Amino acid sequence: MSTLLEVSGVSVSFDGFKAINNLTFQIAEAEMRAVIGPNGAGKTTFMDIVTGKTKPDSGRVLWGEKSVSLLTLSESRIAQEGIGRKFQRPTVFEDQTVADNLMLALKKPRGPLSVLRFRPSRADHDKVAQLAEQIGLENALQRKSGELSHGQKQWLEIGMLLAQEPRLLLVDEPAAGMTPAEREHTTELLVEAAKTRAVVVVEHDMEFVRRLGCKVTVLHEGSVLAEGSLDHVTADEKVIEVYLGR
Amino acid sequence: MVDLSLSATRRPLVTRYPSLLIFLGVLALFTVSVTILSEGFGIGVISTSFVKTLGKTLCLCLVALAMDLVWGYCGILSLGHMAFFGIGGYAIGMWLMYARTEIIVRESLAAAPLPPTPQEISDGIAAQIFGVVGASEFPPIWAVAHSLPLQLAAVVLVPGCIALVFGWLAFRSRVTGVYLSILTQAMTLALALYLFQNDSGLRGNNGLSGLQNLPHLDHVSQSTISIVFFWASALALGLGYVLCTWVISGKFGSVIRAIRDDEARVRFLGYSVEAYKLVIFTFTAVLAGIAGALYYPQAGIINPAEIAPIASIYLAVWVAIGGRGRLYGAVIGAAFVSLLSTWFTGGQAPDIDLGFYTVNWVDWWTVLLGLSFVIVTLFAPRGIGGLFDLISERRSPERHGADLGPEPGALQEREADR
Repeated sequence: MSTLLEVSGVSVSFDGFKAINNLTFQIAEAEMRAVIGPNGAGKTTFMDIVTGKTKPDSGRVLWGEKSVSLLTLSESRIAQEGIGRKFQRPTVFEDQTVADNLMLALKKPRGPLSVLRFRPSRADHDKVAQLAEQIGLENALQRKSGELSHGQKQWLEIGMLLAQEPRLLLVDEPAAGMTPAEREHTTELLVEAAKTRAVVVVEHDMEFVRRLGCKVTVLHEGSVLAEGSLDHVTADEKVIEVYLGR
Repeated sequence: MVDLSLSATRRPLVTRYPSLLIFLGVLALFTVSVTILSEGFGIGVISTSFVKTLGKTLCLCLVALAMDLVWGYCGILSLGHMAFFGIGGYAIGMWLMYARTEIIVRESLAAAPLPPTPQEISDGIAAQIFGVVGASEFPPIWAVAHSLPLQLAAVVLVPGCIALVFGWLAFRSRVTGVYLSILTQAMTLALALYLFQNDSGLRGNNGLSGLQNLPHLDHVSQSTISIVFFWASALALGLGYVLCTWVISGKFGSVIRAIRDDEARVRFLGYSVEAYKLVIFTFTAVLAGIAGALYYPQAGIINPAEIAPIASIYLAVWVAIGGRGRLYGAVIGAAFVSLLSTWFTGGQAPDIDLGFYTVNWVDWWTVLLGLSFVIVTLFAPRGIGGLFDLISERRSPERHGADLGPEPGALQEREADR
């Protein structure tokens, strides 16, 4: 499988604090990866760098077959390239309906003038309905998304990510604050998504990571400490010391 | 496959926005009633000066509409839109003044033994217009003042270009919230201070005057002209309202409201937030310019004080009192507050004698306005327009105390609940 995203030798520091220190990371197409690590290990900063929110001091971030450098692109350009991001806190547009939220995310031209002229077709409505069904919100399409429960908002956000049809999905703690049943559904959604695209899940919860059943990357102090199956990394001496032992 | 009423966005504009039809109906009724009651075309109950006041109010409603689009919908608290309004006024005022002065100069030179050369006419006009600031030559910005089509183009292009350049610089530097508001205030202040200078080429603090006298139309009475401008203002407001409704409908409106509520998230969806802000900022600046071009011929005079920062703050106050985030709210706010302001500052409001102190409304009106702004912001953030929710029972999310978005200019919980 070819490499979709390649991060190599990336470092970034904030006021002298090295948030990311010579980080190297690769992910292939249609691969699921869990990123774990203690607080301050640089998980969120890593996502910020890939999505263009933070510019690293050094290193390379290459994307796709053509190895485009993502470092020169703006956040919106990177999103258009096919990288979708889900934040820790569910961020949906609460003042708008579930259908509006999904329609907003649907993969369509993003320029102001084409959006001004855009009128959704039958197919677009069907696509929105289908996505809503996938995330279990088919009966809430016309509800304001601010009325949804915490778990439903998380799903709506995942639905919006899927609507974008990204090639790489970055998901920050998707199961935080969810009931066991909701977690189950979230796991299914992510595993299903990973069949056709790369998915990177940042997670604290080991049980959740175990259920994803994928390769795990352990971050510590801004660089990769260990990589491999969950059983492999949890048996690693260094990992036990910095992460599990604490 | 589930099929709910998803085709909601495919219905015609008026069925999705019933307020559009109601608004246009009320505006048409108002326009016809005023015409019937006017001196020019009707029974003369309403004086010509009051027709002008009403016409000017319609122009203020139009600029309030622009403000609501940029602030209420897109979350950019611009405190500089009255500058664009003023620029529109100056642009049309230059032609009005030039053309009228030209007639006067030609008449006075007609008696001369030799027919005047174009240069003599031009010098004569310049001396007439710029005599008050001690100059007698046309500054470069008057180059096309002789041409009505070009000055009309300037009404649209000058505010548009200034907004485009200013917005591009501000938005691409990611200036948001209160810093952007301060920046727009600085722009307005700089423009006003520049225009106050005598050598700015626009007659300094004298401004442009006599704009109510249309060239070649001396034989037409002001009562007729006032009604024509009143109709033009009503038409512009009606068209502006339809245009704004169209812009906020559909996906574009969805994107700009999303920018208001969480612009970082919109960026990660792949939308260029800066480009959208720039489009809205420029479009509303053009709208403001057009409103100004209709306002000042009715006001008769424009001077740099009209562009002072306070004017733009008033605009924000009108929209806040009327209810931002809904177009009719902005119109109601502008009409209500500006007419009330006319009444209070016109000396018509009776003074209140407290025995030890007499409340003179000409002085105390601004205090009252400031207080009502504070009260509306604190206790009725949805403004006057919020009253309509009592009838329509508009549903809004229960947000459990969370903000609608991180942008300081964004709608907050209090506005969203109930």
